[in-house]
Amino acid sequence: MSNEINRLTYRASDRATKAMLTLALGYLLFGLCLGTIGGFQYILPDFLKKELAFQKTRPLHVYLVIAWIFTCAQAAIYYYLPRVAGRPVFWIKGMWLHVFLQGVTSLIIVTCFFMGRFGGREYLEFPPWLGGFILLSWIPFAVNFWFTIKPNYKTAPVYIWMWSTGILFFFITMSESYLWIFDYFKTNIVRDVTVQWKALGSMVGSWNMLVYGTGIYVMEKISGDTKTAKSTTAFFFYFLGFTNLMFNWGHHTYIVPAAPWVKMTAYIISMTELLILVRIIYLFKKTVSEAQKNFHSIPWRLLSFADFWILLNLAFAIFLSVPAWNLYTHGTHFTVAHAMGATIGINTMLLLTSVFYIIQEEQPDWFSQNKGLIRSGIWISNISLLAFWISLIGSGMVRLSSKLNNELFAEMMEKSLPWFKLFAWSGTVIVVGLFLLIIPAMKALVKRKPVTV
Amino acid sequence: MVKIAAFLTLFTAYLVYSATVYTYGTRDTIQVKESAVPQIVYGKTLYQQYNCVACHQLYGLGGYLGPELTTTYSDPAKGELFMRTLLKGGGLRMPNLGLSETEINGLVSYLKYVDSTAISYKKPAKP
Ligand code: HEC
Ligand code: HEM
Repeated sequence: MSNEINRLTYRASDRATKAMLTLALGYLLFGLCLGTIGGFQYILPDFLKKELAFQKTRPLHVYLVIAWIFTCAQAAIYYYLPRVAGRPVFWIKGMWLHVFLQGVTSLIIVTCFFMGRFGGREYLEFPPWLGGFILLSWIPFAVNFWFTIKPNYKTAPVYIWMWSTGILFFFITMSESYLWIFDYFKTNIVRDVTVQWKALGSMVGSWNMLVYGTGIYVMEKISGDTKTAKSTTAFFFYFLGFTNLMFNWGHHTYIVPAAPWVKMTAYIISMTELLILVRIIYLFKKTVSEAQKNFHSIPWRLLSFADFWILLNLAFAIFLSVPAWNLYTHGTHFTVAHAMGATIGINTMLLLTSVFYIIQEEQPDWFSQNKGLIRSGIWISNISLLAFWISLIGSGMVRLSSKLNNELFAEMMEKSLPWFKLFAWSGTVIVVGLFLLIIPAMKALVKRKPVTV
Repeated sequence: MVKIAAFLTLFTAYLVYSATVYTYGTRDTIQVKESAVPQIVYGKTLYQQYNCVACHQLYGLGGYLGPELTTTYSDPAKGELFMRTLLKGGGLRMPNLGLSETEINGLVSYLKYVDSTAISYKKPAKP
């Protein structure tokens, strides 16, 4: 009976949540198609050069997959909010307003890209006024978050802290990334680039807070262990992560001629990052029983893959951020390996964990019928991701050696061709694997919820 | 209470750090003639309008299909004439963007300015 009351409490907001999750999966679907086109433009220089050149495919891909990451994180948080707070979402119409604003903004952005209207800034390549729209769409989310949870930070579990930090810092860093419109920043390239690296680096940190927070929440639900997320250790690691978010961006700026202490601060702090994640994984894994693993086998497997990618990417990121190396590895596909390795392996896997956790809750029967398909999607995408990642490191190596030997750009591109082929083809297999997850998930989300008696 | 205090302390440090980075950390080391500024800003605007960042990096920021442009201007193997040729006609992968002479001048001034600030690039490269 009390279960039924709970369901009624959540039902109205869950409808908006599902709409938002579907939107997020749509971004991923579309973003993956454009990434694949971009990948093939590496090996076939004339492929769609007139109709949809790389200066359009890249921003479309990058914008859409980033939109996937933050929209899915927001949707998952919307699902968890009333369950954590024990009361309905504060402003359900605001959720719909959020979905509407986000949908319209992305439609305009995508249209601008297709028409060749750019703002021309890395990651935020759309005309600058659209950045304002994105910020606007986050306001209902922030209102709903704080007014539903009404957090008491003295006793709140760590994921509430992480979500709060993520939202706060999204507003800060998104605004910071637009400082360039002022002459003080615009006319000094070193300042402009440094601030841009700073803002983007912390912005990635802000959505990582949202994504990792949802990961920890699902871990708590799967394991039933409510202590770990409130423990001193969890908070110790939260604060390390928070410090990283604010100060770690500098590892990108070794080549920018800013003052040396900017770089040193960044390096020391980035070394601590490994510690954080290894510790969190360890804490939860310890508490999960075999029965729980079996029941939640899909979220569990996704989490385990995310673990693997966390370790691999951290080892790699730390290797990259050694200042002496960084001077050479920057501006090569090593950076792309780091960026996509983390956004696919860690963020996307953690977010899919939430997606399938939610679907399992909402459509248990459908879920058990489709487990096989989902499992193969997970394996296909992760194995091909390894090949994809290796191809990027391979092309990074080629670029590095040709830089050191002062070779011509064309020569280097020629030598990289085998790696680019592996990149494009393994990318295609990733897309196949992820489609096996996305399409069934979208179908399940638009299905009516079964009535339980 | 300790957590809240720790948060506020770190957050304050962040604000101070940000302000320092905006000012002392990135002070103008290269003096540009006042009269050259509008042309540089014009070039930068074009660089953004044509989304050169999708394929090129400046100080490591940008896509990787094309070469890094930070020091192309002073590169003895490349230089201004080479840049102009590519900007005018495109290359194997570089699209012909149909740029006018005025636009090319603007882009070249901007890239020349960027090159003049790239002290950290030039040191290790030359033996
Ligand atoms: C679709 C990707 C793309 C876009 C957009 C693009 N470029 Fe290029 N650019 C390239 C590639 C690739 C090369 C290397 C030559 C080749 O293969 O065509 C290149 C070469 C150059 C070069 C010669 C530098 C060198 O080291 O070889 C300059 C200068 C240049 N581009 C400037 C620009 C500017 C300025 C813009 C914006 C107005 C721009 N490019 C837009 C892809 C692009
Ligand atoms: C969930 C899936 C994916 C995510 C989250 C993702 C994310 C990203 C990000 C963040 C970047 C910017 C990288 C940087 O600037 O360093 C990027 C670039 C790119 N991605 Fe993906 N990606 C995904 C899948 C794919 C796939 C399957 C392909 C197919 C080949 C692909 C092709 C590309 C290409 C060509 C670029 C541009 C590289 C360049 O700058 O030259 N991506 N992606």
